[in-house]
Amino acid sequence: MAISYDEVEVGTELPAGSFPVTRDTLVRYAGASGDFNPIHWNEKFALEVGLPDVIAHGMFTMAEAVRVVTDWVGDPAAVVEYGVRFTRPVPVPNDGVGAVIEVSAKVAKKLDDRKVQVDLLATTGGQKVLGMSRAIVRLV
Amino acid sequence: MALDPSFIGRSYPPTEPYEVGREKIREFAIAIGDANPAYTDAEAAKALGHPDVIAPPTFPFVITYRAAGQVVEDPELGLDFTRVVHGDQKFAYTRPVRAGDRLSVAVTIDNIKSLAGNDVLTVRGEVTDATGEHVVTSVMTLVARAADEAGE
Repeated sequence: MAISYDEVEVGTELPAGSFPVTRDTLVRYAGASGDFNPIHWNEKFALEVGLPDVIAHGMFTMAEAVRVVTDWVGDPAAVVEYGVRFTRPVPVPNDGVGAVIEVSAKVAKKLDDRKVQVDLLATTGGQKVLGMSRAIVRLV
Repeated sequence: MALDPSFIGRSYPPTEPYEVGREKIREFAIAIGDANPAYTDAEAAKALGHPDVIAPPTFPFVITYRAAGQVVEDPELGLDFTRVVHGDQKFAYTRPVRAGDRLSVAVTIDNIKSLAGNDVLTVRGEVTDATGEHVVTSVMTLVARAADEAGE
């Protein structure tokens, strides 16, 4: 199932992903990552500092976005570089539904050494939440 | 008060080794909802050529974020962490983090600039294993909002 460099072209789309986030998800991520900033779990605190609601950890969103790449290639070690800009927070309402992070990606450049640049688009509620979101991936 | 640009280039001593456990990787993979077997099944990881389970690409932040605490809490720098947001994040990997790794992070302040009254701080963490070999470089920017907005 490994992806061959020779089979992809600039513009090749990766299978998109849809990743739900609830308050429960954020508590779990806080514990696993060690990032206990209260803006990610304490609604009163989040509102007091001017946020619209509790927001997802930026690093959680970053982790979800790259799943589109790692699911595509199979071996996560194929990712040799990965970077994002956190442009807009992902509000997570306490309504039992939460938010959904939608991620699409496509091959933007073919590079040397069987590497490709994959550009990622992550949105929630139709709004882009990450900028400059790209991964360099080594294919077989 | 703007941060002092003379701190550009300041390095901090390598952190005490962080030992990466299989169960910690599993916990992290569950927290991000990622069922890739390379994170939880040593046999699946070995089939891909790894000596043990590997960690998801963003896992190194767990370690580099702690290490960056040296910058954030550096009294000489005087960053007000209550005004700080994570601006962007990059990783460049030599290899994935894996179970059994003992990882140290050497932190350097790569840049300090002022942008629309906000301080933008670039913090690089070089992550190396017990043999001193490079594993991953993390570069994060922290944006400290201007002080006159803090009371809003």
